[in-house]
Amino acid sequence: MKLAYWMYAGPAHIGTLRVASSFKNVHAVMHAPLGDDYFNVMRSMLERERDFTPVTASMVDRHVLARGSQERVVNNINRKDKEQRPDLIVLTPTCTSSILQEDLQNFVDRASLSSDSDVILADVNHYRVNELEAADRTLEQIVRYYLNKVRGRRTMNQCLTDSPSANIIGIFTLGFHNQHDCRELKRLLRDLGIGINQVIPEGGFVGDIQNLPKAWFNIVPYREVGLMTAMYLEKEFGMPYVSVTPMGVVDTAEFIRQVQELVNAWAPILLGRKVNYESYIDNQTKFVSQAAWFSRSIDCQNLTGKKAVVFGDATHAASITRILAQEMGIHVSCAGTYCKHDAEWFNEQLQGFCDEILITEDHTEVGDMIARTEPSAIFGTQMERHIGKRLAIPCGVISAPVHIQNFPLGYRPFLGYEGTNQIADLVYNSFTLGMEDHLLDLFGGHDTKEVITESLSTDKDLTWNLESKAELNKIPGFVRGKIKRNTEKYARQKGITNITVDVMYAAKEALNA
Amino acid sequence: MSIKTIETPIFECETGNYHTFCPISCVAWLYQKIEDSFFLVIGTKTCGYFLQNALGVMIFAEPRYAMAELEEGDISAKLNDYGELRRLCLQIRKDRNPSVIVWIGTCTTEIIKMDLEGIAPKLETEIGIPIVVARANGLDYAFTQGEDTVLAALTHRCPEHRISSDKQCQIDQKIFPDLLTKQIKKNYWEDKSDNHPPLVLFGSLPSTVASQLNLELKRQSIRVSGWLPAQRYTELPSLGKGIYVCGVNPFLSRTATTLMRRRGCKLIGAPFPIGPDGTRAWIEKICSAFSIQPKGLEERENQVWNNLRDYLDLLRGKSVFFMGDNLLEISLSRFLIRCGMIVYEIGIPYMDERYQASELALLQSTCNKMHIPMPRIVEKPDNYNQIQRMRELEPDLAITGMAHANPLEARGINTKWSVEFTFAQIHGFTNVKDLLELITRPLRRNDSLRDLGWTNLSV
Ligand code: SF4
Repeated sequence: MKLAYWMYAGPAHIGTLRVASSFKNVHAVMHAPLGDDYFNVMRSMLERERDFTPVTASMVDRHVLARGSQERVVNNINRKDKEQRPDLIVLTPTCTSSILQEDLQNFVDRASLSSDSDVILADVNHYRVNELEAADRTLEQIVRYYLNKVRGRRTMNQCLTDSPSANIIGIFTLGFHNQHDCRELKRLLRDLGIGINQVIPEGGFVGDIQNLPKAWFNIVPYREVGLMTAMYLEKEFGMPYVSVTPMGVVDTAEFIRQVQELVNAWAPILLGRKVNYESYIDNQTKFVSQAAWFSRSIDCQNLTGKKAVVFGDATHAASITRILAQEMGIHVSCAGTYCKHDAEWFNEQLQGFCDEILITEDHTEVGDMIARTEPSAIFGTQMERHIGKRLAIPCGVISAPVHIQNFPLGYRPFLGYEGTNQIADLVYNSFTLGMEDHLLDLFGGHDTKEVITESLSTDKDLTWNLESKAELNKIPGFVRGKIKRNTEKYARQKGITNITVDVMYAAKEALNA
Repeated sequence: MSIKTIETPIFECETGNYHTFCPISCVAWLYQKIEDSFFLVIGTKTCGYFLQNALGVMIFAEPRYAMAELEEGDISAKLNDYGELRRLCLQIRKDRNPSVIVWIGTCTTEIIKMDLEGIAPKLETEIGIPIVVARANGLDYAFTQGEDTVLAALTHRCPEHRISSDKQCQIDQKIFPDLLTKQIKKNYWEDKSDNHPPLVLFGSLPSTVASQLNLELKRQSIRVSGWLPAQRYTELPSLGKGIYVCGVNPFLSRTATTLMRRRGCKLIGAPFPIGPDGTRAWIEKICSAFSIQPKGLEERENQVWNNLRDYLDLLRGKSVFFMGDNLLEISLSRFLIRCGMIVYEIGIPYMDERYQASELALLQSTCNKMHIPMPRIVEKPDNYNQIQRMRELEPDLAITGMAHANPLEARGINTKWSVEFTFAQIHGFTNVKDLLELITRPLRRNDSLRDLGWTNLSV
């Protein structure tokens, strides 16, 4: 058993449901107790979905515990088949079905005999995989299912499209800024003269999956979801893929160069010429994206050497860390991710870009790390935003898990050239927020503040006298916490319990020495 | 003896395929209500994910609840439940030092038959903190029924009303040193001065609402000797033979049964104090149980209605459809009918006809009075069928869970999230305005949008 207050990645079934409900005309039937369809609320509220979420539950209740749920599951699948005529029904196991150990595959086999829809059982185990891993698997499972189906029928058309085209794999519902990223990617590809063969799962039809191999190559923008599918397609159909995330100026260029290489594998034959995107990259970098200019401007100069910490999913945390370090000259003290299963990749990606790497699913560890590092800004998830609030450190949200405010109505991609502009704003605003606070403090704007500092550690054996408290208040907000802690550390070392102004300065000198 | 025949309510029962919150959500309001408690939900990531998302920002405020997340070793019984729970509870004692730890059993603990009730007493004596077990899982209950299971479990922890013997007293003193000293003595002495037997109200309400209801009863010279739950665990009311109890919420039937059967209390069956009509009927029932003649109630009710004119004008003749998810539906329907609305359907997760008898009777008489037919009451509704019915009926307002609200709005149907009724203050005379404010909000909002021509936005 684990004492847990908060989790970064959700349970496996959420991942399956996110993938299933992103496809068009696919229905998921959860094998779950009453109350586990909370996914529908999230989708309806966060994505502000206009349509009913295509997820229903086949209830597990006392009756099921006594007699098993075969009949009920089969009936529920058949009922959905009649009512909504989906192309595919995905039976989704939950933590409850994991321990009931019923033969769900058998129910699926029975149900598919009597229904027009295809029926599959999502192959995910609650106790082995989390939300993101489950999403990755489910997507691969669905793609594999449909490709095997046409291969069996020998109706597969494997001809490449005439002009270069790509599939975008891994855009799906409740993903962090996924819709905007998708639009930006499409725009980028259009600029390069590359057609979109398919986007899956978001908005795709399972009937079209058989045409996936027609694309020249695949694009997997996020590490978390889509890689399994891309690897499967590579193995079975020899389709290459690009897995560089086009986030930030440098990586977007790298992404385009890789795309160029893949296009040129066929271009001489099919187009009769090679493509060269270098001038496009140059033009976009210098004029469309403002990020390159920003990093040259004195605004960004002021950020040089400022300390930041980054935490999030593997894709976003890695990309943002590199942007901060190599494109803006910011000092990343610590970068971390909760994607434990991808730790190796993460480590490798960030060699040389930060002082320290933290891989954990425990938000208190992240909180302690932040309190210890005392950065000028945090880039993290909603959890880090709240940690930042308590420590009076500004935070830019760069990764799921997120709240409704991270589903903006306006256009806010993180990928591509427009994405670089958005990120520059986010970074700059987070830091200046802290700066403004500092200036206000310098000019005594906050002198009515009672609280000296919010701190995660409570320390009751030390007292600050009135004078030293007042002195502490004069110190700018963003370094106040550090000075307080250093002074207390010093006091403790010297066995002083009553902190006076003298002690404060003695501490400062001791540290400088 | 002549029996006046009125239309008897017809209950239908559908498939139970409806959306509602898991009953473990009750920790959200109960940990805030019982200030010295700590809630430990013993379940999986699924339960944790639900709580984390449903509770939103509360998560970040260091709430007094946590998950004991079961891992594969716990399921396969490789790990020893007692040892594991002991480790976590010691941790909680160290970090928070609560006066009570409430264990919430979930679907998983049910299925693997973890013996929480067996482990709790042993651990309780070992760590010296009371441990209350409530099995509020999605296999058996819906949403607000979670509170019912917790309160039913707390019922057993309320001190005995009369101190039966010195020996019992000594035993109790050992286990609950705090309780005995204050609460029991207080009840023991003060009760003698009252003109009626002691009355304990049950149901968790924000403390301001609880004191509003106390005050209403005080006007009838009825003194409330305690609430279940109280603001603190150490202030639980004493119970026993001779104590009268009355519920303030319609979903507390297990608690009511436990109070009667296990603690020998007398239950006053009354409609619930929701809406001015309900509040008046509730007070009248309590008065009549104590043979007290209610004073000035009718005027008080009329006065409240008079203040609501604007809202009532907006509601009169409009129709409403309850999809059903929190068991407040009967009381709310009754109130809305009295406001002049037409109720097409009352969906409700579970209907206890005995516990809700007075409320049902009031619903019936309200329908008669307003000359409208009794609405159909659908237990364990089927959301899919309900949406089909709604397409035909085109109600002016649908009261529904958040899973359906946006899709219905996109189809031009005004909706109100039902969950808000469980979190807002809706009890007593004082809060009627807030209640109507909630209900009319979608109508008022959509009134102002009406002429813009974008009512139906479904894709
Ligand atoms: S329905 Fe069961 S498994 Fe789901 S959240 Fe509730 S208690 Fe947990």
